[in-house]
Amino acid sequence: MAHDIYAGSNETTEGRVFTVTGQDWDSIAEGLADAGDADERVVVNMGPQHPSTHGVLRLILELEGETVTEARCGIGYLHTGIEKNMEFRSWTQGVTFCTRMDYLSPFYNEMSYVLGVERLLDIEDDIPEKAQVMRVLLMELNRISSHLVCIATGGMEIGALTVMTIGFRERELVLDLFELITGLRMNHAFIRPGGVAQDLPPGALDEIRDFIALMKKRLPEYAALCNANPVFKARLENVGHLDLAGCLALGLTGPVLRSTGYPWDLRKTQPYSGYEDYDFEVQTWDTCDSYGRFRIRLAEMWESLKIVEQAAERLARLEGAPVMVADKKIAWPSQLAVGSDGMGNSLDHIRHIMGESMEALIHHFKLVTEGFRVPPGQAYVPVESPRGELGAHVVSDGGTRPFRAHFRDPSFTNLQATSVMSEGGMVADVIVAIASIDPVMGGVDR
Amino acid sequence: MSDEKKVEQPAPEQSPENVPAPAGEVHPVGSRQGMFGVRGSGDTSGYGGLVQPIVYPGAAQRPFGGWHDEVADALEDRLRSDGLEHAVEQVVIHRGEITFHVRRDDLVAVAQLLRDDPRLRFELCSGVSGVNYPDDAGRELHAVYHLLSMTHNRRIRLEVAAPDADPHIPSIVGVYPTNDWHERETFDMFGIVFDGHPALTRILMPDDWPGHPQRKDYPLGGIPVEYKGGTIPPPDQRRSYN
Amino acid sequence: MGIEEKLPSGVLLTTVEGVAGYMRKASFWPATFGLACCAIEMMTSGGPKYDLARFGMEVFRASPRQADLMIVAGRVSQKMAPVLRQIYDQMPEPKWVLAMGVCASSGGMFNNYAIVQGVDHVVPVDMYLPGCPPRPEMLIDAILKLHDQVQHAKLGTNRRQEIEQQEGDALRALPTSEMKGLLR
Repeated sequence: MAHDIYAGSNETTEGRVFTVTGQDWDSIAEGLADAGDADERVVVNMGPQHPSTHGVLRLILELEGETVTEARCGIGYLHTGIEKNMEFRSWTQGVTFCTRMDYLSPFYNEMSYVLGVERLLDIEDDIPEKAQVMRVLLMELNRISSHLVCIATGGMEIGALTVMTIGFRERELVLDLFELITGLRMNHAFIRPGGVAQDLPPGALDEIRDFIALMKKRLPEYAALCNANPVFKARLENVGHLDLAGCLALGLTGPVLRSTGYPWDLRKTQPYSGYEDYDFEVQTWDTCDSYGRFRIRLAEMWESLKIVEQAAERLARLEGAPVMVADKKIAWPSQLAVGSDGMGNSLDHIRHIMGESMEALIHHFKLVTEGFRVPPGQAYVPVESPRGELGAHVVSDGGTRPFRAHFRDPSFTNLQATSVMSEGGMVADVIVAIASIDPVMGGVDR
Repeated sequence: MSDEKKVEQPAPEQSPENVPAPAGEVHPVGSRQGMFGVRGSGDTSGYGGLVQPIVYPGAAQRPFGGWHDEVADALEDRLRSDGLEHAVEQVVIHRGEITFHVRRDDLVAVAQLLRDDPRLRFELCSGVSGVNYPDDAGRELHAVYHLLSMTHNRRIRLEVAAPDADPHIPSIVGVYPTNDWHERETFDMFGIVFDGHPALTRILMPDDWPGHPQRKDYPLGGIPVEYKGGTIPPPDQRRSYN
Repeated sequence: MGIEEKLPSGVLLTTVEGVAGYMRKASFWPATFGLACCAIEMMTSGGPKYDLARFGMEVFRASPRQADLMIVAGRVSQKMAPVLRQIYDQMPEPKWVLAMGVCASSGGMFNNYAIVQGVDHVVPVDMYLPGCPPRPEMLIDAILKLHDQVQHAKLGTNRRQEIEQQEGDALRALPTSEMKGLLR
């Protein structure tokens, strides 16, 4: 048997490293006893590849028995250089990049970026109503699907696998709606500067109404399974405690902040995209622990469903309204359709630009290859993503490419609370605390 | 790019940014040559000789309008009583957002005031964003802080500049602990050293990575891609249209 | 090492190959290597609608020691590459790698300093699956094609011959950038 460098223990510059895989845990205890220095700390690495660390997160835990004395996060395992890549693409192409950051809530990434660009372009008041309503509809559907994944993976991490299967079952319903409206299940580059890329397809409103009716029957299942479940409560109550002062000092926003009882929600306090016209409540809980955050997420799904219902109602009255800004120098020109050989420019659009209007052809060509120019300046417009405040600091130098696009991702900031939440608790509580923060590593590392 | 260039256009009402600025106040940061992204020889567009200065929004004049005046007054008051009158170099208001350009030595004091004064009360810092302006001589590295006041429900921005030769900016982790990782990220990506940070190390790139990736002089780092019958160079070396 | 090397060639071997291939593909246990967006699509393929359990693959083994398939789902950054190699090395033979999504196959849309341009720079890949992210049906299609490959994989001397054949073909093959004249 060849020597396996990943088995057993070996000496390194940092000291002894034990690699254990199961049924040989006592080798650590013996090894420590051999070392003679009983005060040596045991630093356990919950490495980037782990089923329960919510993505490629590396947790470096210093343990004393089962108690965590120090917890540090190692991040950067998913750093993609998206922000730098965006500097080499046009403003509209930037949407396709930023949508892949926080991959569980792609519409929010797109929205924060697009709101920043629209503010720089000074067309915030010119976005057509139908585009605004569609944006709200898609964002709230995304909030439902993101919270479902949080609850599903959180449940899986503590061992409640049924929550995972039913969570993903409901999420499929949302993804079907996304596919119908935007063409893709995930990472849709649909919200673009000036509006949305495409109008609602026929039949979408009926699908949305069916979805709402079905969700009203399915959402109570989660409450029935978990809310009063003694094992669930025992694992989640009083775990990951962080009060209001701690949240504000560490810059946490989103369900974690609202679990302290403070009703801060950007959709209410600094509304964008017409949120002031919708009737919904900001959900809070007052226990500052993981259980509170779980209850908030459940309640927020109900509120999102309410908003989706109102948005669908408004869309029914906006048949035929434009979905892109009227200024032809900015509006995305093409319309896509599914043809006999796959998806591409709709034949109507091609007939229009090739046969009917030279200006349309020129606009299409210039906007797609070169893109529009954004006046110099900087803007920061945050949105309330399912995880907290997500904002894009967009800097333009007057050109057709972003000079700098930096995303203030909520998971990046929220994850700083891991140490505060975990130290002094047990190892199993670290998992629960992180699951209640709900970090998405794509957003953390960008 | 000379500082005395006056921007004159015959039809200011057609485009607001063409309104002539007061003499001596136009500070171009870099310039753009040609059009359509064509660089070097092979520019048959006829626009090859075009040189446009890049001019960012200039200093705003009092009165600012709305709550901007309140905040600026309160800040000015406190700065004066603390002997830091010259901490704020410039106030820029663009698209309804107010930016205070702060001298880097006074940054911590200004941040403390902004957080603690009851008229200001900016409790939440949304993080640091680094920007590299290679053409802004002596001020190449900017750190931009976005502050949110939940009590008064408003947002401001602080901008601090440091030269490439001395990329140090005082850390405000003592005032806003949330900036811990944000400052590490800005150090990692731009090389801005935040003095006073408890543990300034790389956070996104591997610990021994050379260089600071998001600086403008760092290449995008892509590789050429092979297709059937040809090879496409990486995005920063391709023929571009913008 | 192991029984495989000591098998005699001949008719008996082909029967053994068939049986062994069938056993291996019928309960193919994936190792969790979900990185980014593709990981979510991988999780949904394990979910109720696109059920991977019908192929015996529902158990995503967290420990690489118990897995035979590593589905690299998502973009592999420079920091993650050594971890990827370590997990691959910790898997016992026989093992297969499925590069899920364009980022794992070739670096995808992220042609930059931070992403490894294709995990085949780090581990040998048996199946490339394009898509950004690939639909669960596409993932299942790739897995079924991999099942085919596993079913028909050879053992012992046949395997050595097959490897020599494939390497020879690859060395003599026309490079992609030389495949000109296709746009007629």
